[in-house]
Amino acid sequence: MLVGSRERNVGIVSYGAYVPRFRILPEEIARIWGEDGNAMKNGLMIYSKSVPYPDEDVITISVEAARNAIKRGNIDPEDIGAVYVGSESNPYAVKPSGTVVAEAIGASHFITVADYEFACKAGTAAVQTSMGLVASDMVKLALAIGADTSQGAPGDALEYSASAGGAAFIIGGEKIIAKINNTFSYTSDTPDFWRREGQPYPSHGGRFTGEPAYFRHVMTCAKELMKLQGTKPEDYDFAVFHQPNGKFPTRVAQQLGFEKKQYETGLMTPFIGNTYSASMMIGLAAILDIAKPGQRILAVAFGSGAGSDGFDITVTEEMSNFNRKAAPTVKEYVERSELLDYGRYAKFKGKILMKE
Amino acid sequence: MRAVAVIGIGDTRFGELWEHSLRDIGMQAGLSAVGDANIAGEQIEALYIGNMSSGSLIDQEHLGALVADYSGLAPLHLPAVRIEAANASGGMALHEGYIAVASGMHDIVMVAGAEKMTDVADDEIPAIQMTAGDQQWEGISGATMASLYAMMARRHMYEYGTTREQIASAVVKNHKNGSLNPVAQYQKAITMDTVIKSPMVADPLGLFDCAPISDGAAALILAPMEIAKKFTDKPVEIVSSFAATDTLALHHRESLTRLDAVVHASRRAYKRAGIEPKDIDVAEVHDAYSIGEIMNIEDLGFFEKGKGGPATLEGMTEINGVVSVNTSGGLKARGDPMGATGVAQAVEIVRQLRGEADRRQVSDAEYGLTLNVGGTGGTAVVHIFRRV
Amino acid sequence: MSNPRYWRENPSRYNLVGMRCENCNTVYFPPRAICPKCRRKSLGKMKSYKLSGKGKVYSYTIVHEAMPDFALMKPYIMAMVEMDEGVKLTAQLVDCDPEKVSIGMRVEATLRKLGEEGNSGIIRYGYKFRPV
Repeated sequence: MLVGSRERNVGIVSYGAYVPRFRILPEEIARIWGEDGNAMKNGLMIYSKSVPYPDEDVITISVEAARNAIKRGNIDPEDIGAVYVGSESNPYAVKPSGTVVAEAIGASHFITVADYEFACKAGTAAVQTSMGLVASDMVKLALAIGADTSQGAPGDALEYSASAGGAAFIIGGEKIIAKINNTFSYTSDTPDFWRREGQPYPSHGGRFTGEPAYFRHVMTCAKELMKLQGTKPEDYDFAVFHQPNGKFPTRVAQQLGFEKKQYETGLMTPFIGNTYSASMMIGLAAILDIAKPGQRILAVAFGSGAGSDGFDITVTEEMSNFNRKAAPTVKEYVERSELLDYGRYAKFKGKILMKE
Repeated sequence: MRAVAVIGIGDTRFGELWEHSLRDIGMQAGLSAVGDANIAGEQIEALYIGNMSSGSLIDQEHLGALVADYSGLAPLHLPAVRIEAANASGGMALHEGYIAVASGMHDIVMVAGAEKMTDVADDEIPAIQMTAGDQQWEGISGATMASLYAMMARRHMYEYGTTREQIASAVVKNHKNGSLNPVAQYQKAITMDTVIKSPMVADPLGLFDCAPISDGAAALILAPMEIAKKFTDKPVEIVSSFAATDTLALHHRESLTRLDAVVHASRRAYKRAGIEPKDIDVAEVHDAYSIGEIMNIEDLGFFEKGKGGPATLEGMTEINGVVSVNTSGGLKARGDPMGATGVAQAVEIVRQLRGEADRRQVSDAEYGLTLNVGGTGGTAVVHIFRRV
Repeated sequence: MSNPRYWRENPSRYNLVGMRCENCNTVYFPPRAICPKCRRKSLGKMKSYKLSGKGKVYSYTIVHEAMPDFALMKPYIMAMVEMDEGVKLTAQLVDCDPEKVSIGMRVEATLRKLGEEGNSGIIRYGYKFRPV
């Protein structure tokens, strides 16, 4: 990546993901709210979504994903100089998730930590910051996490998709398994989806979340990044986008000129739902789980509010030495599942009004 | 060291005593014991009060002063102290009272145990019971006292083939005994089926494997043997009084199926008394959970390790069996007001050795034993009594 | 709120940091100042030691009457885990069907929520175990 006038090696040194094992089906949600389960399922292209256990939250999910990354990369946690957790469902409104993660991975106390918020692209914002710290030689390694356990309002369309999961990327300048050739962002103040302080559930602008928000920002970011890099869709082996449902990323991929064989590996939402800040990152992890040296990836996240962070990535030779088996792959997490009925789902998600 | 005798006993009914406060039940048991000993209150030289959790249950500490005060003894300014050893508080209070008399420090002392558990909602009890375990490393991790005993049961079944029925037979026996005890919380016999089919608390222990939440108090008057006959023609001698500890957390023990604190305390007690386990005619043991009785009768040396289950199922611990265990109904049927239990056990043994146990009477009972255990076995207190 | 009481145990709760007696090499968890075997000889020889996180089930139970912080998960599995280092500890077993627990089953540690001091208090995290 060009930093000023110098070419710097920055990229992913290791990665890990985590998806809780419980699932609920759209048909079951629809059954409660008197809607057409099949229509919801097919309309969203979501066949099941992940649900966290009552003792899981963004912090425990982040720790799990981070520990997986550390195991695979055989990382010395004391080499990590920064920890960033991007989420919109942090357990605390004030008190960082990042400090618990740093403590739980055995990082040194001489590090910088912060939590990020930008709806679903909080995790990639963390990645970009990490890249800057590494490229400027401020830190040797930085840990960027995107994780969420987002709530969908009962009976709302988002209840069918809002799920739980996390992905952790360790960014560094050496022993890179996937080089980030460049990163590019497109941002504007577009209120497509938001949650006011104190509100338990988010609000959204319905169809306004499509064209003016998701599509405009993802398309613009992707096109400008490819222009900058002098690339065309055919130059990529994989493309992965923010995936709030199965339909949006499929449509945007096709509109940009990508084919199914390029975007299907990274499309995880149909199986696990929308993991918000982890959404694109889990898709990217699924790609890295099988990618070979030399293969190229276009990865574009989207966060409501709104913005897109894009990354042009090339898998390196170092990937052949990478110990992927040290942690479960995204596919293994997807396959590990236990179905819930709506009652247990509501209990796990804290949607039932309990006595204080 | 002088010989020590029990010259008076007293107790309240055990159960949900809504109308009575801790002060009420403490007084009731104390006055009863004083009357039984034919002494005047002013002859008491010191008070030893066993209580586990008055702070959490009724927001009250400083029970020594409270009991002395409400006994009408405040003007005498006598020494009084609350002894705490979790569920073994009662037994430990007796141990301290015994030492005071045996050493010559005091002549006549009162030992009392009292607990008022129903002044808090029952869902607060599990956390309070866990203060007897390792709160930081067992309680916070999600363990309840029942779950810790359940893990002991599971391991006992795994190592010795002990069955659910064998464990449940202790409960059936204790309820039968309780039905013969006018002060017992539960005075109804129950069937094996009821025990085995009861709602699960922590598998394999069900509701009927667990001692109830109870209020109650019991008291003893101790005196040196050399003057005991002045007060009663049926003094009962305390021939041994020993306490022992083990690790606080169950997971740090050498074995999950043996309470080393019980083994050590009882071995020293038998040695001091100059007797063997088989010489014990009647024993009150700590069945806060049914598996507790199975393990206690092994660790006390009544039966070989691993044979406690079959022995109980075969009736060897019934009234007038090989050794009569928990003739009072045990903690399960008599009730378990935690700090009072250890003293109540002694009251039953004294009744037995005096021949006053009515329909529960063990014939020709000469030696009796009480075993009071704290938590999952972090403390054990053993007393051996002898008919004089 | 007892924040300091929980906070000072974070290394043990998050990372299973115990102690090893350099005199006899026994590993202890949680950390303690003195080795019960070596006593005086262990003074100054007790060093911080991070357990591997791996062990096997020594005993277990299915809890139906829960501790307050665990109410949403009942019935839940409590296990006594014998760590590979020899020391045992008590923890919840998660990601496991109650029908499938068995003595001797291999398990590994994971970080989960242990509880919270009500809606406005601190959230406590610590070790639980899951089948390998």
